Amino acid sequence: MFWGMKPDALLYPTPKGLYCAPGDFYVDPVHPVERALITHGHADHARSGHTAVMATRQTLDIMRIRYGEQFCVSEHVAELRQTTVINGVTVSFYPAGHVLGSAQIAIEKDGMRIVVSGDYKRRADPTCLPFEPVKCDVFITEATFGLPVFHHPDDRAEIGKLITSLKQFPERSHLVGAYALGKAQRVIALLREGGHDAPIYIHGALTKLCDYYETQGIALGDLRPATLTGKDKSMFAGAVIIGPPSAFADKWARRFIDPVSIFASGWMMVRQRAKQRGVELPIILSDHCDWPELLATISEIQPGEVWVTHGREEALVRWCALQGIAARPLHLVGYDDEGE
Amino acid sequence: MRAFAELLDRLVLTPQRNAKIKLLADYFRDTPDPDRGYALAAIAGTLSIAAVKPALLRDLTLERMDEVLFRYSYDYVGDLAETISLVWEAPADLEGEDPSLSSVLHRLNTTGKAQIRTLVRDLLDCLETSSRYAFLKLVTGGLRIGVSARLAKQALADFGGQDVSDIETLWHGIAPPYEELFAWLEGRTPKPALSMPAVFHTVMLATPVQEGDLDALEPKDFAAEWKWDGIRIQLANLGGVRRLYSRSGDDISGTFPDILDALDFEGVIDGELLVGGTARSNRMTRTFYDLQQRLNRKTVSPKMLEDYPAFIRAYDILFDGPEDVRSEGFIDRRARLSEKIEAADHTRFDLSPLVAFTSWEDLDRLRSEPPDPVIEGIMLKKLDSPYTPGRAKGPWFKWKRNPYNIDAVLMYAQRGHGKRSSYYSDFTFGVWTKDGPNEILVPVGKAYFGFTDAELQVLDKFVRNNTIERFGPVRSIRAQADFGFVVEVAFEGINRSSRHKSGVAMRFPRIARLREDKIPAEADRLDTLLAMISADEAATTE
Repeated sequence: MFWGMKPDALLYPTPKGLYCAPGDFYVDPVHPVERALITHGHADHARSGHTAVMATRQTLDIMRIRYGEQFCVSEHVAELRQTTVINGVTVSFYPAGHVLGSAQIAIEKDGMRIVVSGDYKRRADPTCLPFEPVKCDVFITEATFGLPVFHHPDDRAEIGKLITSLKQFPERSHLVGAYALGKAQRVIALLREGGHDAPIYIHGALTKLCDYYETQGIALGDLRPATLTGKDKSMFAGAVIIGPPSAFADKWARRFIDPVSIFASGWMMVRQRAKQRGVELPIILSDHCDWPELLATISEIQPGEVWVTHGREEALVRWCALQGIAARPLHLVGYDDEGE
Repeated sequence: MRAFAELLDRLVLTPQRNAKIKLLADYFRDTPDPDRGYALAAIAGTLSIAAVKPALLRDLTLERMDEVLFRYSYDYVGDLAETISLVWEAPADLEGEDPSLSSVLHRLNTTGKAQIRTLVRDLLDCLETSSRYAFLKLVTGGLRIGVSARLAKQALADFGGQDVSDIETLWHGIAPPYEELFAWLEGRTPKPALSMPAVFHTVMLATPVQEGDLDALEPKDFAAEWKWDGIRIQLANLGGVRRLYSRSGDDISGTFPDILDALDFEGVIDGELLVGGTARSNRMTRTFYDLQQRLNRKTVSPKMLEDYPAFIRAYDILFDGPEDVRSEGFIDRRARLSEKIEAADHTRFDLSPLVAFTSWEDLDRLRSEPPDPVIEGIMLKKLDSPYTPGRAKGPWFKWKRNPYNIDAVLMYAQRGHGKRSSYYSDFTFGVWTKDGPNEILVPVGKAYFGFTDAELQVLDKFVRNNTIERFGPVRSIRAQADFGFVVEVAFEGINRSSRHKSGVAMRFPRIARLREDKIPAEADRLDTLLAMISADEAATTE
């Protein structure tokens, strides 16, 4: 293969994040920069304080919700599948299937195309557009669940466990830990698909994001604040309450009677993880690829090279080597590989 | 198999007893025979299953997987059975099958050694992830789910609306898959008849003496006995069958051949299993620590039998020969017991002596200063009390000797489970010792009860405001000579331990009082604890 440009000349890792020198921009920088292209709204990828930010409309909206109007100086909306030229470098955004608004970013110059996938998943998610594979010379993938142990089971069967428990323990409140952006709304949407029509109570940290999902046409049903009205704790008996996992260790959780502690995360695949966190009912639900999906994606795209950003990169690099695919870890810092 | 696997997954992570019972009872209701009976056996530890060596399982996995990737996976998960259950990739066309637990067991137990490899591979292929895990845990003998046989029986009782003592009585007379038991619990057949008379009978238990309990009672209506610090047992010899049962009904006959061999009278007696010499052999009773050397062993070496001879200190009699004497009064039963023990092997049996007293004050003094260090308190038994299963308040009381106490400093805290999951309620505490020229705190135990809800609020607040470091769910707490949290820890006994860094291990430690009036510098030293052990040892070897 002849490359007019070496991939390292087009994009390389720096302490601030991946940097495109010819275009003079960063992708998902972890420190404030002049020009940032953002894949999705999770806090470790989308930080405030950049001068110019380019992202999908939804990602920009999510950043505004999280950081306020002043999250950057100028916004540039990236329309999906359309090209924009920045200092002679062509960039385009494609759906990544991770959370609402998430996108992969293709960066191209002189016949060399690199796709930064950000975080992505391959299975259907009622709350965002599905991943679109893009042919490229270098595919930059995450490896959050990059170990052969991760085979995420069917989403609906997992939500089914929660619905079964509601029937089995109708006197107990069901407290679900789920990250505020993406996972929480997906849990709610899956519960609704599974026929759970009752009000769902949400932690204050979820309110604005859930409202935003509604404006984007994702119906979440009857959501109410998980706030005690009066002293009657029995209002939460048999109800689903959703909050960020951090709130569970917090005094906030004390208002619920005899709660079943539930955590919706890909990490729940490993029993010891569930046990350590004191989770009583693990729901294996991930917004990242599991191992077979990572392998299938690389096989489908057939990139000339694979770069692995964050997570369990050594196993994925090993697998690529066994397949004869050039691969290397990028050792990027600042991304939360536990964040799920 | 899937329903069984899901049950195990839920049980492992469910802390509350009642929720476990509910999960079990629901499973028994929804699962047909014989699967539910085999599941019960797996949980209660009565299932016999062909063992598969871990090396074979590893081999099978590496047939399809790169060794380096397997190593990464195993390092991450840390448990072989779980790793294999997760990394195993079955051919796509086999998915969707769900073989029954009984069919899996049947195939395992009827397959010859030569074919076992092929069979295990086939089974791993046709089971889904959770079932694969359950299967691997069953064949490697590593099924640990935090459910005792007693709890499983309670779930059966709830499921069938029967009394748990009836299930206990039947338990050792029936075998997996327990179809006649389920038929009775579902009201389809009468209670199964016992084929073997030497079954376990639920033991009679005492309630602790509480403030004011004795005020209305007459000392002359009660007999007092020492409460010995061994393990409570039931010994049966009926119809030519001899059995030694633990208090919970587990058959421990195999562990104590010395007792079984010496058993030369017919009937069922209640007593304390101890190590050392009987009173009439004039050798001392040895400590619980010595008894522990004999517990939970599958095989017992001649040296073990010689170094740690076991004997029974008899408390009561349930059957005199084949005659059920449980309805007689305590003092009448004791006369029968006395006669039996008098004639029995003098080195293996003695009668628990009665303690003479005239007032509760007398007894209180005796309780505090017992004549033997292996005594942990006093038992009070109403003279006319029949032998009734379970723990009813009134006929029998236990009055323990005062616990040991030390002042210790909180060092680490961990969040609790269930309704305590938002509280730091599991504490590791330490005492002072010298490390070269420095005074350091060394952890000596863990406690997660003893305090009131209000005290827990105080402890939790202190932990949250004074965390130095976090390791996963554990927080390390500020603990310096001039700043920290002192608690009074009460415990029942203390032993040397090579497994703990401090070299000591406490029995039943709990937080007795919060000592907010003290600073850590005033807490006890490791020397104090070591002295408690030395004092006990000196008393035992007198």
